[in-house]
Amino acid sequence: MQANTSHIDQSIDSDKKALLAQLQKAILPLQGIRNPLQTHAVENGLGAINDAFPNGTFPLGAVHEFVSTGAESFAATSGFIAGLTSGIINNNGIVVWVSTSRTAFPLAFQHFDIAPEKIIFIDLKKEKDALWVVEETLKCEHVAAVVGEIQQMDFNQSRRLQLAVEKSRVTGFIIRKDAKKITPSACVTRWQIQSLSSELPNNMPGVGFPRWQVELLKVRNGKPGAWTIEWSAGQFRMIEKELQTVSLSTIQTKERYA
Amino acid sequence: MPKRYVSIWFRYLLTDRSARHAPQLNKVPFVLVAPERGRMMIVAANALAQKESIDAGMVLADAKAVFPTLQYKDAKPGLEMVLLHNLAEWCIRYGPVVAIDLPDGLILDATGCAHLWGGENAYLQDISNRFRRLGYYVHVAIADTIGKAWAFARFVSSGNVIDDETTMLLSLPPASLRIEHCTIERLQKLGIRQIRELVNIPRPGLRRRFGHLLLQRLDQALGQEQEFIQPVQPVEVFEERLPCLEPISTARGIEIALTRLLDTLCERLYKQQKGVRTAIFKCYRIDGKVEQIEIGTSRASHNALHLFKLFELKIDTIEPALGIELFILQAPKVDDIIIPQEKLWNGTSGLLDPGIAELIDRIEGKIGPGHIHRYLPAEHHWPERSIKPATSLDDTPLIPWRTDKPRPIQLLPVPEKIAVTAPIPDYPPMQFNYKGKLHKVAKADGPERIEREWWIDKGLHRDYYVVENEQGQRYWLFRLGHYDEEEKPEWYVHGFFA
Repeated sequence: MQANTSHIDQSIDSDKKALLAQLQKAILPLQGIRNPLQTHAVENGLGAINDAFPNGTFPLGAVHEFVSTGAESFAATSGFIAGLTSGIINNNGIVVWVSTSRTAFPLAFQHFDIAPEKIIFIDLKKEKDALWVVEETLKCEHVAAVVGEIQQMDFNQSRRLQLAVEKSRVTGFIIRKDAKKITPSACVTRWQIQSLSSELPNNMPGVGFPRWQVELLKVRNGKPGAWTIEWSAGQFRMIEKELQTVSLSTIQTKERYA
Repeated sequence: MPKRYVSIWFRYLLTDRSARHAPQLNKVPFVLVAPERGRMMIVAANALAQKESIDAGMVLADAKAVFPTLQYKDAKPGLEMVLLHNLAEWCIRYGPVVAIDLPDGLILDATGCAHLWGGENAYLQDISNRFRRLGYYVHVAIADTIGKAWAFARFVSSGNVIDDETTMLLSLPPASLRIEHCTIERLQKLGIRQIRELVNIPRPGLRRRFGHLLLQRLDQALGQEQEFIQPVQPVEVFEERLPCLEPISTARGIEIALTRLLDTLCERLYKQQKGVRTAIFKCYRIDGKVEQIEIGTSRASHNALHLFKLFELKIDTIEPALGIELFILQAPKVDDIIIPQEKLWNGTSGLLDPGIAELIDRIEGKIGPGHIHRYLPAEHHWPERSIKPATSLDDTPLIPWRTDKPRPIQLLPVPEKIAVTAPIPDYPPMQFNYKGKLHKVAKADGPERIEREWWIDKGLHRDYYVVENEQGQRYWLFRLGHYDEEEKPEWYVHGFFA
């Protein structure tokens, strides 16, 4: 009799779980994360990072937020974004780079498999214009990806960007240059990229491929984590296979790489 | 830009035409005749006949008495009009606006054309040489008014540009003013030999004696009155008008008017496979003021919806006041449209996608031009010059992008000075101080020497190093010049690698 009830309990439990999973899936599109069948996935070796996202793929047609703390971390962030973008543009897509103080050097994008002539740089004077241009380009479905260097953005503005991409399915990357002024936003993810010492095989001297500590600080309905990634031969390469789903406070980068 | 006009005078238009078909006529005195009041009158004579003092207006029998072996042919009435029209169309190669100047000339609006031939002298030379090769003997002159050009072609005939045009004109006889024959005769009788004397006479007197035409011609020649010419091939104007019965004063009303005008204009453009590059929307108000807004596109477009969106950003700057009674939409600059190949499925067509051009127009319309950049590789190894801005969306790289050398993803527009500790002569630094922070170099590559492009600027070469500090941050540093005994070279940070 008891065994019977436990069995029923179990079936109710599994039913509940299935139901919950189903409901969770139904919520995802409402939160700006699209069913992967509707978009093509980024296929450039993100590997274990994909598992951190709902549906197990990098969310396209969404706005991603990157926190940068200085010129060096900004370079690392733009490198990582360039790597992601090269997977999105599908050879012929157009990337729009919006900035108020641009230092990005077009020539270098060739190293990330993006033809530099396919990037349209929009250099503005006012922060307000930059936000308007980012929103306007995100609305345009002829663009593959939009990168915006934005200092300040409040929740409503980020919500506007998210609404724009939900219609047009453009992928947006917002780099927040002022880490101190980060406020809650409606973006799907928040990342932080830091440079790491590169390594060449057999301890050869010299500077190797770009290597980063990629931290996924926030992801809606996914599991935040941190990974070490390298960009080589036109794709990302995971350096340590283990997935760190532990909370970020326990990751002490400096100790591990000092 | 100051106006420039060229006058071409065909000295022997009709006889040259006949000689083109029968070259032997060039070597003998030859005239064209037409019957008039029962006798044969000469209507045109060639150069050799004129030397024998046989000219138009003589009776053929008289001329034959002077020169018995005179060759003659029947003239076709109305031939010069046809001839000049054909020549004028041929002359469009020298400028878009060409007009016929009966009975034996052409007028060209050469404003902004002469530099394509390397200056006005070369321009005139080319015109007269080419006509001579065609078999026409011409006099050409260029001046800032039609009247002057006409006078210089007929009375100066130097074939060169005249320095002081007004003084030159004043020294010419009154016949150079394009006035009636009887007026010329009367002026001669009065002993007026130069236009200079005419200018000094009080105007009311001149008008009473010689009529209005003389004064008008004088003003036109001196540039005090504007003169218009009727081009043989009118430049088509893309302009639409919408008059309103009731004055319009609401934004919605303006929008409706604009949509209607755009629809008709775009339909016309579509039929001719053209598209708008710039468009002006003018609103004529009841109180006589004109409000106008202007848009530009980065690629020719006849998409009414897109053009409307561009105008929409500016509609609120129109001040209707009491109301607008007339709307005019002009497209002063249009371009041919390349109709894109239709695709079977929706792929990205990259920069050729009209959606991209429309997006750029929208942004440019809002924030103004000069903010949007795209880069192409340039054939320079100096990093700052290795890219050049693209001029249009259709530009493609002419040379491949270089990937053999490391280049930083973030490049500082101006290199920043740093203090370094570096072993001499050409080792990478061991440590450097950037923005008040000490960086210890853990790994380094280099040097990559980049010489100055001496034909562009002078200075020291740069030795670039890719360095990585202990935290793993990667920099692009360079040393300006060598270490030598007196001076220490300066070090700079120029970029950040990803």
